[in-house]
Amino acid sequence: MSMLIKGLAGFTVKHKWIWWIGAFVLAATLLLAPAMVYPLLLINILCFVLFASALNLVLGYAGLLSLGHAAFFGGAAYVTAHAAKTWGLPFEASVLLGTLFAAGLGLVFGLIGIRRYGIYFAMITLALAQMLYFMAVQMPFTGGEDGIQSVPRGMFLGLVDLGDINAMYYVVLGAVVFGLMVLWRTLHSPFGHILAAIRENEPRAVSLGLDVAYYKLIAFVLSATLSGLAGSLKVIAFQLASLNNVSWHLSGEVVLMTLIGGMGTFAGPIIGATFVVTLEHMLATSGLPIALVIGVIFMACVMLFRRGFYGESVARLKVMLERGHD
Amino acid sequence: MPDIFGVPAAVLLGQVLLGLINGSFYAMLSLGLAIIFGMLNVINFAHGAFYMLGAFVTWLCLTQLGLNYWAALVVVPIVVGVFGAVVERLFLRRLYRIDHLYSLLFTFGLALAMEGLFRYLFGAAGKPYPVPETLTGVFRLGFMVLPVYRAWVILASVLVCLLVWLVMEKTRLGAWLRAATENPSLVTAFGINVPLMLTLTYGFCVGLAGFAGVLAAPIYQVSPAMGSSLIVIVFAVVVIGGLGSIGGAILTGLSLGVIEGLTKVFYPSASAIVIFVVMVLVLILRPAGLFGREN
Repeated sequence: MSMLIKGLAGFTVKHKWIWWIGAFVLAATLLLAPAMVYPLLLINILCFVLFASALNLVLGYAGLLSLGHAAFFGGAAYVTAHAAKTWGLPFEASVLLGTLFAAGLGLVFGLIGIRRYGIYFAMITLALAQMLYFMAVQMPFTGGEDGIQSVPRGMFLGLVDLGDINAMYYVVLGAVVFGLMVLWRTLHSPFGHILAAIRENEPRAVSLGLDVAYYKLIAFVLSATLSGLAGSLKVIAFQLASLNNVSWHLSGEVVLMTLIGGMGTFAGPIIGATFVVTLEHMLATSGLPIALVIGVIFMACVMLFRRGFYGESVARLKVMLERGHD
Repeated sequence: MPDIFGVPAAVLLGQVLLGLINGSFYAMLSLGLAIIFGMLNVINFAHGAFYMLGAFVTWLCLTQLGLNYWAALVVVPIVVGVFGAVVERLFLRRLYRIDHLYSLLFTFGLALAMEGLFRYLFGAAGKPYPVPETLTGVFRLGFMVLPVYRAWVILASVLVCLLVWLVMEKTRLGAWLRAATENPSLVTAFGINVPLMLTLTYGFCVGLAGFAGVLAAPIYQVSPAMGSSLIVIVFAVVVIGGLGSIGGAILTGLSLGVIEGLTKVFYPSASAIVIFVVMVLVLILRPAGLFGREN
C-alpha cells in the first residue's frame, strides 16, 4: 500500500501534466454540475465554500477565532437585499454595496477586538455579532422575523437574466472562484507569510519589527469582505434575507466547516463546506434534528481529528511516505 | 410619588428591580464562567445550555415525576452538576494541554447539540412553569408592587453568589483552588488531587448554572433557546468585568442588569444592545475589563 502511494506521489511530482488533467476534470465537473445536481444546492455549497475559506484566512492562517462571522455574511445579505428590492439597484451594485458594508463592519469589529487574544477575541466577536442580530430583529428595514422576502435577482451586466437558475449558478461560480483566487494570491504573497509568522510565534514576529495588530486587522477586514460577498451572492440566489443569516448558529457552523475540512489548509474549508452543506441538505428531509447532528460532529471533530479531513489525510500520507524512505 | 428625570419613580424602580433579576442571572452564570476559566482555562460555552438543562429538568420533574419546586431546587443542581462532571472527566480533560480554542469549540458543539436535542424532543415553544405556592402573592412597598417570587430570586442568587465568594476567598478549600490556578504542579506536590478538584469545580459551577435554571423556570418560559440567548450576554458581561475576579463577576453582572433595566425606561429600543455597547466602551477605555488583569 505505502509503495503504491509513494509511487503515485513520485509520479505526480515528475509528470506535472497530471495536475493539468486534474484541474481540467474539476473545471468540467463544476461547469456541468447543474445538469446533474439541483442548482440551488450547488449555489448554497459555493457560497459556503467562499464563506468558510474567508473565515479560514483569520482562523487558520492568522490564528484568530472569530465567533461572529455571521454578522458579515448576514449583514451583507440584508444590505444587498434592501438595495436590490427597495432601491431597485442592479445586481452588481447591490452585491458590491453588501460586500462594502461587510468590509466596513469588519473594520469596526477588528478595531474593537483585534488587540485581545484568543478566547477574548472569540467572545468579543460573538458579542458584537449578537448586537447586530438584535439590531436586525428591531430595525424596520430588515423586516424582523419575516426578513426581506422575494428579493429580485435582476440581470447580470444588464444582459443575462438571472431568473434562470443555471445563469445564476454560473455567475455565483465565477464570483466564488474570483474570491478564492484573491485568497490564494493573498496567502502566497509576502503578506501571507507574515500571517503565518504571526500565527507560529507572535512575540518573535513583534521582535522582528512587524506591526502585528495591523496585519491581523488587514486579514480580518479581507476575511469579512469575502464573507460579505458570499452572503450577498446567497441572498440574491435564494431571494431571501433572514435572521438565520446573522445568528450565532451560523457563525458556529462556518467554524465547523473550516475545522472539519482542515484549518490552515486551502482545500480544507472547501471540503468542509461541501460536506456540511450536503449533509444538512440530506438531513433536512430526514426529520433528524440538524443542530444536534452538527453539534455532535463538532464535538467528535474536536476530540478525534482536530486537523480535519484534509489536514489529517495529508499528515497520514506524509507519515507513510517517510516510512517508505527508511 | 415624585418623578425622577421626568419618569414616574414607580416605573423607574420597577425597571431597576426587573434589571436586578436579570442581573442576578448574569451574576450567577458569569461567576461560574469566571471560576471555570480561572481553574480549568476553559471558556465554557455550554454554560447557557446547562442553565437551560436545569430549567428543563425542573419542568420535567414537575410534569413527569411530580417533584415540586423545592425538591427540584435541591435535586436539579446535583443532576446537572453530575452531568457536567462526567463531561469534564470524559472529554474536556483531554483538551487541557492543547490550545484553549479547542475546549471552547468543544463546549460550543455541546451547546449546539443540547439545544438541538431539546428542540427535537420538546419543540421550540416555551413551557410555562407555575410559581410555587408559598412564593405567590406580592409585597406592597408603597411605591411599587413586588411579586414575592422575584424578591426570592434576587435574595437567593445574591446569597449563593456571596457564599461562593466567601468559600473561594476566605476558606482553606478556596485557598487550595486559588493555588491550583496559579501553580497546579506545586499544589499536586503538596498531595492534593488536582485533577479531581478540577472535575469537582467544573461540576459545581455547572450545577450553579443548573440552580440558576431552576430559579428561572417560573419567571421565563422554559425553552431550548433560553440558554444560548443568555450566554451571549453573559459573555459580554465577562468581557466587561474581566475574567480575573469572582467578586468582579458578581458586581458586573448585577450592575449590568440594572443598566439594562434603566435603558428600558429611558430608551427602550436600545435595551437589547446596551450591554454590548457598554462592552465596546470598556474595551476601548480599559481593554483588560473593569476587574481584569491583563494575561
